[in-house]
Amino acid sequence: MQNFQGVGVSPGRIIGSVRQMPKPVSEPPSGDRLAADVSPEDAVAGLKAAAQAVHDELKGRADTASGDGKAVLEATALMAKDTMLLKSASKLINAGSSAERAIWEAGASVSEMLHNLGGYMAERATDVLDVRARIVAELRGVPAPGIPSSDTPFILVAEDLAPADTATLNPAVVQALVTSGGGPQSHTAIIARSLGLPAVVAAHGVDDIADGTEVFVDGAAGFVAVSPTDEHRAAATAWAETSATLAEFDGNGTTADGHLVPLLANVGGAKDAVAAAALGAQGVGLFRTEFCFLERDTEPSVDEQAAAYKAVFDAFPGKKVVLRTLDAGADKPLPFLTDATEPNPALGVRGYRTDFTTPGVLERQLEAIARAASESEADVWVMAPMISTAAEAGRFASLCAAAGIQTPGVMVEVPSAALTAATVLREVGFASLGTNDLTQYAMAADRQLGPLAELNTPWQPAVLRLVQLTVEGAEQESSGREGAAKPVGVCGEAAADPALAVVLTGLGVTTLSMTARSLAAVGTVLKTVTLEQARELATLALSAPSATEARDWVRAKLPVLEELGL
Amino acid sequence: MPERTATIASRSGLHARPAALFAEAAGEQQVEVTIAMQGEPADDALDAASILSLMTLGAAKGDVVVLRAEGDGADAALDALVKLLETDLDAE
Repeated sequence: MQNFQGVGVSPGRIIGSVRQMPKPVSEPPSGDRLAADVSPEDAVAGLKAAAQAVHDELKGRADTASGDGKAVLEATALMAKDTMLLKSASKLINAGSSAERAIWEAGASVSEMLHNLGGYMAERATDVLDVRARIVAELRGVPAPGIPSSDTPFILVAEDLAPADTATLNPAVVQALVTSGGGPQSHTAIIARSLGLPAVVAAHGVDDIADGTEVFVDGAAGFVAVSPTDEHRAAATAWAETSATLAEFDGNGTTADGHLVPLLANVGGAKDAVAAAALGAQGVGLFRTEFCFLERDTEPSVDEQAAAYKAVFDAFPGKKVVLRTLDAGADKPLPFLTDATEPNPALGVRGYRTDFTTPGVLERQLEAIARAASESEADVWVMAPMISTAAEAGRFASLCAAAGIQTPGVMVEVPSAALTAATVLREVGFASLGTNDLTQYAMAADRQLGPLAELNTPWQPAVLRLVQLTVEGAEQESSGREGAAKPVGVCGEAAADPALAVVLTGLGVTTLSMTARSLAAVGTVLKTVTLEQARELATLALSAPSATEARDWVRAKLPVLEELGL
Repeated sequence: MPERTATIASRSGLHARPAALFAEAAGEQQVEVTIAMQGEPADDALDAASILSLMTLGAAKGDVVVLRAEGDGADAALDALVKLLETDLDAE
């Protein structure tokens, strides 16, 4: 029996058959010539046959898809046998190029042409490159790149997944995700949690598991076993039963002794918000407004923004919706705000900082938010991402006030904001900890890098200490004035880990916001501990010498996790 | 050579879904149909059945384009395609 240990990022125990994600198609060498025994006519015919096969495959998928996905697949299918693409490739073949190299170059020039046109056309440039890679794979007789299409369920094994893979990932067929690379904060982890799929990342060696091999995956323990034992089968069966009960959240986040910790949802738009409300979310703790406009290369109008925001507010009448202003930059570029050529984008002009270089966008966004809020019944709070100093917090608060927004706040993601939380919070009404970026900055470890996965976990005692300092800062700020301490929530991936949610509650965090799929699991576990026990577990985690020990020590004191397979 | 002018009616212009529908319809005709912006020389006309050509043409709502075709059935083909261009395909 062969086992692999990685990092568990989304709970669930399941047994299934492995399908490896094909490797990306490599570029045919520059100057690759037609083989001596192949005539240009035959090569062109071969290329056309390959293009037709790719067209038929994509068209077949379009026929079973629906909505936006269907339209994109239909257009992509047409690109595969496009006369302009094939004519320019045929010309290259007639000049002596190999078919693979010809379609590669023809695709590159068409893609560049579309890219230079900007806007919608630029967005389609990557579709042409995708089609090109599929045709080359077909010519080589290797599997098409991307998530394999299959009618029978499988466990997907890949090096890592990109955000674009989400669109083609069918959760009815993909049972679990296992990656050899990536980290706890990678896109794979985020995709898995949002779809409720068990997932293990950074499991070295899984790339060598053959297609069709039966494996057991434990997404909580981060464990993958080839040739599952009877125990594994029993665990998978038990999970199938408990997961049904864990699918429902009663809409009341509280500890066993009645200390209320509202459980909120992270959303990217109206569709998420409606789904989150249906799953019992007590409000929205993080509305990522940039997700409404990721495909845009021009600034959306105030009217357009107001409509998008109101659609989210309307899903939560009478409830809290915390909106984050545009968080562009690093892995989420918006062409109208960010400079793609920065050498170090994670430390660059991103989040609130884009207001330094592109003033006006933030003020117009605040105007749109204020308008949408006035037309809805939600309790709208607004926060700025990537705040580093009290002065920035103060300026943001005055912009909010000028727009007529009642409750301004800040994201605490930069360690400097956590360390100076008392002065930062003097300027605004609340803080929300973004643990993903806070971890990346505290540990100086890129979120997307597999080799740094061990550093990149919010279980790092240093990160927990920054959370504690932020809560202490809020208490310090409230001393000497009337009223309670200002709320400090968590809206990073950390809140979705039930064990960590208990620790965060013990540290004094007032609300937890997460992907809606995790609400039920977090709510269930939170109800099993008292506030006092949560505080003890927080102290225990803070005293650990490493992230692994912090996690293990806390989990050992929470046997409910093992019982539920979380 | 038979030709027709048509005003693009789709809200998103000749992009996305409208371009796909139009390219597919053009490809189904018995004759080869070309498309150009009004005022552009006929030599620069693009293949109307090529979705990538349509995208590079960049025709927006309200733009006028010229369709040309030759041979048996050219008139019928052009009439059918003009009708498609002058329908708001985004609304369907």
